[in-house]
Amino acid sequence: MDVIVWSRIQFAMTAAYHWLFVPLTLGLALVMAIMETIYVVKKDEFWKKTAQFWVKLFAINFAVGIATGIILEFEFGTNWSNYSWFVGDMFGAPLAIEGILAFFMEATFFAVMFFGWDKVSRRFHLASTWLTGIGASISAFWILVANGWMQNPVGTTFNPDTVRSEMASAQAFWEVISNPVAVSKFFHAITSGWVTGGVFVVGVSCWYLLKKRQRKFAKASILVGSLVGIAGSFAVMLSGDASGVHAAEFQPMKLAAAEGLQDGGRRAAFTIVPGIRIPGMLSILATHDIDGYVPGINDILNGYTDNDGNEIPSVAEKMQRGRTALDALARYRELRDTDPAEAALFRAQLEENVQYMGYGHLEKPEDVIPPVGVVFWAFRLMIGLGMLLLLELLVIGFLAWKDKLAGKKWLMILSLVCIPLVYICGQAGWVVAEVGRQPWTIQGLLPVNVAISSLSAGAVKTTFFLFLAIFTLFLVIEIRILVGAIKKGPETKNE
Amino acid sequence: MKDFKQTVVAVWQFYRDGFRNMTWGRPLIWLILLKVFILFAILRVFFFKPALSGLDDQERSRVVGERITGAPEPPSQETYNM
Repeated sequence: MDVIVWSRIQFAMTAAYHWLFVPLTLGLALVMAIMETIYVVKKDEFWKKTAQFWVKLFAINFAVGIATGIILEFEFGTNWSNYSWFVGDMFGAPLAIEGILAFFMEATFFAVMFFGWDKVSRRFHLASTWLTGIGASISAFWILVANGWMQNPVGTTFNPDTVRSEMASAQAFWEVISNPVAVSKFFHAITSGWVTGGVFVVGVSCWYLLKKRQRKFAKASILVGSLVGIAGSFAVMLSGDASGVHAAEFQPMKLAAAEGLQDGGRRAAFTIVPGIRIPGMLSILATHDIDGYVPGINDILNGYTDNDGNEIPSVAEKMQRGRTALDALARYRELRDTDPAEAALFRAQLEENVQYMGYGHLEKPEDVIPPVGVVFWAFRLMIGLGMLLLLELLVIGFLAWKDKLAGKKWLMILSLVCIPLVYICGQAGWVVAEVGRQPWTIQGLLPVNVAISSLSAGAVKTTFFLFLAIFTLFLVIEIRILVGAIKKGPETKNE
Repeated sequence: MKDFKQTVVAVWQFYRDGFRNMTWGRPLIWLILLKVFILFAILRVFFFKPALSGLDDQERSRVVGERITGAPEPPSQETYNM
């Protein structure tokens, strides 16, 4: 395997590891904030004990997950230096805001939440608990603004002098943060975290019921956990629907790959699994119109007319224009000091074709097709598991509400099994999002083979296995500490 | 000023007492410190040197420009038109 593949695998592993901690942080934050709110409203010590236990598990997850995202930033500088320079302030600004504002907000209120039981007023402590969760969500927002821009690079202009994508004005910054892809990604990621938190709380609570321990605590936790998980599931569907529409608009190849759609058309069918299709459903999902046109892989390769009547060029034509852009960039940079008038002509030529600049690096049109099988099945895994988790939460939430959980051992075992499943579901979603946009690091502008630094595959391989060892060690430690805390139960000290 | 000083002292005591009285949370602090040490003192220093470090912005744009266009550029005294 070459350096590109190793760098991609390393980045994927680091991001996937980071995403083990983030959704549980987001979900548990909401669960414990709701429980503490009930405590403050009802002044019932039971709810305080209940909230304190989940704060404890939140703290363990937070401690092990902290700084795992920083490794991604190391990789940007070392493995993806061309990309890092190319994205310029666009990427730096959201990450800096994330670091300065959200992380410090999260960390400050986390300390009050963790140390402050019985030391600050009930209301101040409650506010700190909510603000810890809100801080985590704001943190996620800035990261997803950066990720959303890679999927749909709006609000920036390519500067041929600096070779960077730059935000020229405050308006551009607004375009970046209101990027529809970023907004739908944010809600999708946050609410999927709620599902993770809900499923985790329900699963752990079911373990207590199976062990015939802490029944009142477990039932109360199941009620709150299932409510958070159910609310999250429906919100995930809504944001997922928006993501589908945005994929159709901005990344049609990703959608075609997720559907395994070779030839598109109007009233396009949605494939549940190969051989089982719902006529017209894909058009509805992608365009909110049963007669909406959804391009397939071949249509994208050969060019098509979109739903707004725009002629979308073939990939071969985009490659031609991309090469024109790259030639114009090279000529502009060569002549700008010696012949400004001639350089200005090349600059104009570059600006005319810059939106296809990345295509100039492709060797053949088929290079724009991501690994269809991976994206297709990851999408089905995500949807299938999401449905199963919603069903589980609905059933167990209803039974807990009716106080009819007794004797439903199979459901409790299923709820425990759902804990790893919710993680697989979330990871599958990221596979769809990230593998589905290959070969691009920045959609249409920069393919992965140009974004990479000049490194040896051996160097990346070394750090890959180093990370694998360190990550595995920390994961084992976290699971041991978490399991230990769960076994001790809610009747232990809170700090 | 006196109020400010009292607030700072109270915040300091809050954190100090919080850390001192930790029970099960103490190993987590050590875990965080260990991880931060591994990240910044080992991985960052020995394995993750930024590929464009040591270059100024003009050199970086030249290097990345060459990589993107595939056309070598002389290490000239470039002037930016930003």
